[in-house]
Amino acid sequence: MYDFEYHKPGAIDDAVKALGADAEAKALAGGMTFIPVLKQRLAKPSAVVDLAGLGLTGIRREGNALVIKAMTTHREVAMSSEVASAIPALAELASNIGDRQVRYRGTIGGSLANNDPSACYPSAVLALGATIVTSRRRIAAADYFQGMFTTALEPDELITEVSFPIPEKAAYAKFPNPASRYAMVGVFVAKTAAGARVAVTGAGNDGVFRHAAMEAALDQSFTADALKDVTTPESLMNGDIHAGTAYRAHLVGVMARRAVMACK
Amino acid sequence: MAQINLTVNGKAAHAEVESRTLLVELLRDQLHLTGTHVGCDTSQCGACVVSVDGKSVKSCTMLAVQAEGAQVITIEGLAAADGTLHPMQEMFREHHGLQCGFCTPGMVMSGIDLVESHPDGLTEQQIREGLEGNICRCTGYHNIVKAIAAAWPLMHDKQMPQAAE
Ligand SMILES: Cc1cc2nc3c(=O)[nH]c(=O)nc-3n(C[C@H](O)[C@H](O)[C@H](O)COP(=O)(O)OP(=O)(O)OC[C@H]3O[C@@H](n4cnc5c(N)ncnc54)[C@H](O)[C@@H]3O)c2cc1C
Ligand code: FES
Ligand code: FES
Repeated sequence: MYDFEYHKPGAIDDAVKALGADAEAKALAGGMTFIPVLKQRLAKPSAVVDLAGLGLTGIRREGNALVIKAMTTHREVAMSSEVASAIPALAELASNIGDRQVRYRGTIGGSLANNDPSACYPSAVLALGATIVTSRRRIAAADYFQGMFTTALEPDELITEVSFPIPEKAAYAKFPNPASRYAMVGVFVAKTAAGARVAVTGAGNDGVFRHAAMEAALDQSFTADALKDVTTPESLMNGDIHAGTAYRAHLVGVMARRAVMACK
Repeated sequence: MAQINLTVNGKAAHAEVESRTLLVELLRDQLHLTGTHVGCDTSQCGACVVSVDGKSVKSCTMLAVQAEGAQVITIEGLAAADGTLHPMQEMFREHHGLQCGFCTPGMVMSGIDLVESHPDGLTEQQIREGLEGNICRCTGYHNIVKAIAAAWPLMHDKQMPQAAE
């Protein structure tokens, strides 16, 4: 690993300043993605700004929204009674991210900032139409994700919290890679005030995406059966050593039907 | 270089580390606690698991500077001063929960976390899921799962409730 300067500011403004002052500086949250990247020398930041001192953990209900602060760990989301009563699908999703040790340290903000094409949270954020709240603005989910590992965030912009509108019901179904636990295909389905929403992660060749054909079918009838003839174009799928494009396209259908059946 | 202070196995430890020093490097190379192993560079194998402030953590995926002020317990900190093994270690021995032993320190640390965080009982299913972050190439896991289940009554000083969830 290349060496760097380590900062642990106590206020969001100071963290933003430290990132703004140095184009090569990077934020550190749970480190579950960033530290492996550093170990493999895939990044060479001059400074690392640890977000652990900013008081960015916590979960609260705000009207019809569930608000989760950026440094809240997957474990905290999985164990939260607030999450379990408002959006149980989100607690379930968090409880199946990686393994126990990853969940103790990995955070929702880190996962969303990274936007790994096989990460779980992006599908929930997109399907529920959540808002990403940053150190300078509010970004709608539809504008936030911009393809694999790419987001609307500026280099000196920090996610501070994520606001999820509470759906009527929702569920997440994931086909995990057996070694890493990342989603080979993950589908988040929700019945919201704006209609049925289906977001797919792990499968697309350009990151998380909404499945318009499935949404239209579920708006007709919110049942697994309604999806049985809806196909997913192979040309949109990612193919790799874990699964080819045809298999992934098939799995999208299977996971979507499972998610609809599990909705609550 | 940064100066850090933490507690390791109940004793105050002071060290001078680089920002990039991993917690596992501090433990092994500077504090000479080589019981904690490194088995991968992808944060997947769990051979490096230690307890940080009561939670099982992959020490290969945490910077030493992030452990400032923390209470760290490694495999070396489990047995009593007279050498009496921790119940989890004793049960790994009793149930033959190891072969080559490489994954064992991480398995034992994860097992202790699992037992401590399930005071109302621990099912076989929960143990198997709880070990998703620990990979063993030798045992087939069966005896590791048995060892952890057997440690539960010893650590909680009561019988495992029937069909606990
Ligand atoms: C073995 C293993 C299995 C995993 N399995 C899964 C899985 O099944 N599903 C899944 O979704 N994920 C999985 N992950 C990833 C895990 O969820 C990580 O926690 C997550 O991707 C990154 O979160 P972090 O808090 O660790 O962020 P870090 O690794 O600290 O940071 C990641 C990136 O985000 C930036 N960043 C962090 N926080 C912020 C913020 N608040 N504002 C702006 N930028 C920020 C950092 O600069 C960095 O570039 C796995 C990881 C491992 C090691
Ligand atoms: S050494 Fe493999 S997870 Fe830490
Ligand atoms: S006992 Fe050999 S790797 Fe587990």
